[in-house]
Amino acid sequence: MSTIGAKGASEEAARTPAGIEVPVVATRDMLRQPDMEAPGEYPFTRGIFPDGYRGRLWTMRQYSGFGTAEESNERYRFLLEQGQTGLSVALDLPTQCGFDPVDPIARPEIGKVGVSLSSLADMEVLFDGIDLGAISTSFTINGTAAIIYAMYLACADRRGVPRAKLTGTIQNDILKEYVARGTWIFPVRPSMRLIADTVLFAQDATPRFNAISIAGAHVRDAGSTAVEEMAYTLANGIAYVDELIRRGGDVERFAQRLSFFFYVHMDFFEEVAKFRAARRIWARLMHERYGVTDPRAQLFRFGVVCGGSSLTAAQPYNNVVRVAIETMAAVAGGAQSIFTCAFDEAFQIPTEVSAELALRTQQIVAYESGIARTVDPLGGSYWVEHLTERTEEEILAVMAEIERYGGAVRAIEDGWLQMRLAHRALERKRKIDAGETVVVGQNRFRRPDQDEGVREVFRLDPDASRRVIEKYEAVRARRDAGAVARALDRLAAGAARDEENLLPHLIDGCHAYATVGEMVDRLRGQWGDFQEPIRL
Amino acid sequence: MSDVSTARPLAGKRILVAKPGLDGHDIGAKVVALALRDAGAEVVYTGLRRSPEAIARAAVDEDVDAVGLSVLSGSHKELVAETLQCLRAHGATDVPMFVGGTIPAEDQAALLGWGVKGVFTSGMPLEDIIAAVARVLR
Repeated sequence: MSTIGAKGASEEAARTPAGIEVPVVATRDMLRQPDMEAPGEYPFTRGIFPDGYRGRLWTMRQYSGFGTAEESNERYRFLLEQGQTGLSVALDLPTQCGFDPVDPIARPEIGKVGVSLSSLADMEVLFDGIDLGAISTSFTINGTAAIIYAMYLACADRRGVPRAKLTGTIQNDILKEYVARGTWIFPVRPSMRLIADTVLFAQDATPRFNAISIAGAHVRDAGSTAVEEMAYTLANGIAYVDELIRRGGDVERFAQRLSFFFYVHMDFFEEVAKFRAARRIWARLMHERYGVTDPRAQLFRFGVVCGGSSLTAAQPYNNVVRVAIETMAAVAGGAQSIFTCAFDEAFQIPTEVSAELALRTQQIVAYESGIARTVDPLGGSYWVEHLTERTEEEILAVMAEIERYGGAVRAIEDGWLQMRLAHRALERKRKIDAGETVVVGQNRFRRPDQDEGVREVFRLDPDASRRVIEKYEAVRARRDAGAVARALDRLAAGAARDEENLLPHLIDGCHAYATVGEMVDRLRGQWGDFQEPIRL
Repeated sequence: MSDVSTARPLAGKRILVAKPGLDGHDIGAKVVALALRDAGAEVVYTGLRRSPEAIARAAVDEDVDAVGLSVLSGSHKELVAETLQCLRAHGATDVPMFVGGTIPAEDQAALLGWGVKGVFTSGMPLEDIIAAVARVLR
């Protein structure tokens, strides 16, 4: 009976989505290194902490934000009341791309994919009633990351919260924006400088804050394989480390605050293996390539998002099941923070109902499934160890390809990585179209009448954009124009000098209620705009 | 599929694929652009952050047979309306427009009502998209 099943198995069933061959049965003799180090020991394959989640559970952090600061503040308070343990701020596109809300290109996008934060006045409202000294806040912000970080510090200053107490993360990873997410502003080199400024400033000012989260998530969601997701991200990590060292940073210190961010999609074991493999690749890179000896500077700490393009608009309730499985993989892979997408995220901003269910999904995994009780629960499985080894080999092979090309910065400036990704995305799409990759409810077992069939529909307040603009005008009218002009002049002068750290100027600008668009304009005046290489 | 005319139903057509507004999610636009090219079309891709005016001008300058807009940020209604208006201002009223992205069902109906020839969302097979474009450009 079992032989019929084996012979009937398709070619696709014998490989993971990244193309790694899957044996019918994995055995001990397939392993290069059958006995490995303990969790918390170099190179940390089994986890960065000796006691896993026993010491501390992962941070539950739901990406959220829309419309005005007032509306988003209300949603944050709701999520915190429901037991969320960290905040994750979604910003609208004008804020992400450095345009004030009155800019013609900004107007249609105000408050659409996140909250509008045009100056410190908005941030004060966003965190109203939330203790910045007690909550950890993550900002998905890149092109304007240095400004939003400066604004957060200015906000804490106003509240009398010591900067050293602040915890959280700014994504601040511009390289992947050029490849997949598109919220770049300046050319690559000055952008790298601004990132280095932030990381170097933060290691003294906010030692508990992650000033960068090097992200593979967006490349993955756009279409890369799990192997490429890790390889591109680790290659970008090398580019940032090189830049920080060039700027005089001490790798033993700044590397302690580097963090990472990935997607978890549906192939359970491949997801677990990619995290285990990347943990040891990074530790070895830091140790062997950069001579890092402090174990804290070798740790591959990462957050994840579960869902994204693995979710479907067809039969959306199926997405709850997908996210639950992906959360299990994230936990077995040792993630430090998890964002579980809401089931309706494939086609709308989550409603309060779907947002709560997404949070409950990871709470059920945390408190009912028992998966978090022992460290690296899949460690020692012949299959997981073999797949970890094979994934590691494949990741290293892609990283070597990027190095041969001249490194991540060059590959991105040339549009080479972008082109590779587009072709990979086409391949993934064709496999789904052909039914070779099964997506239940979409290309198999489909009932067309059930597309987007949800009871709860999210409606963005159509008036939000008018209120954002009114508030923006009011802030500009009542601030001290002289103080703004002086801060902006100092910023522009600093931008013209390569070795000057711009963060003090940005913080001064935020305190004076200079707007995001004004600060970006002055930097653009020095650095120009990124010219997107178009290669298909 | 062995028939060349079915494999390359868009041979000889020029199509502009454009990203209006600030939305940076370009992989859908690129995948469709590659699929259109595989189907025989000559594709002009604008890159990110084009204004409706720049898109309309490119459509006229490049003398294209169709315009495809990709919007995933929720601003499709504003951006499509503005691009249609700019196309009219350039006298290009007969250039068929297609829209792809995260477009809720009720908005799809609205866009089609404005004269958009097809709306494509993420789960739709590429073959269906190509067929829909080919039907309009026949």
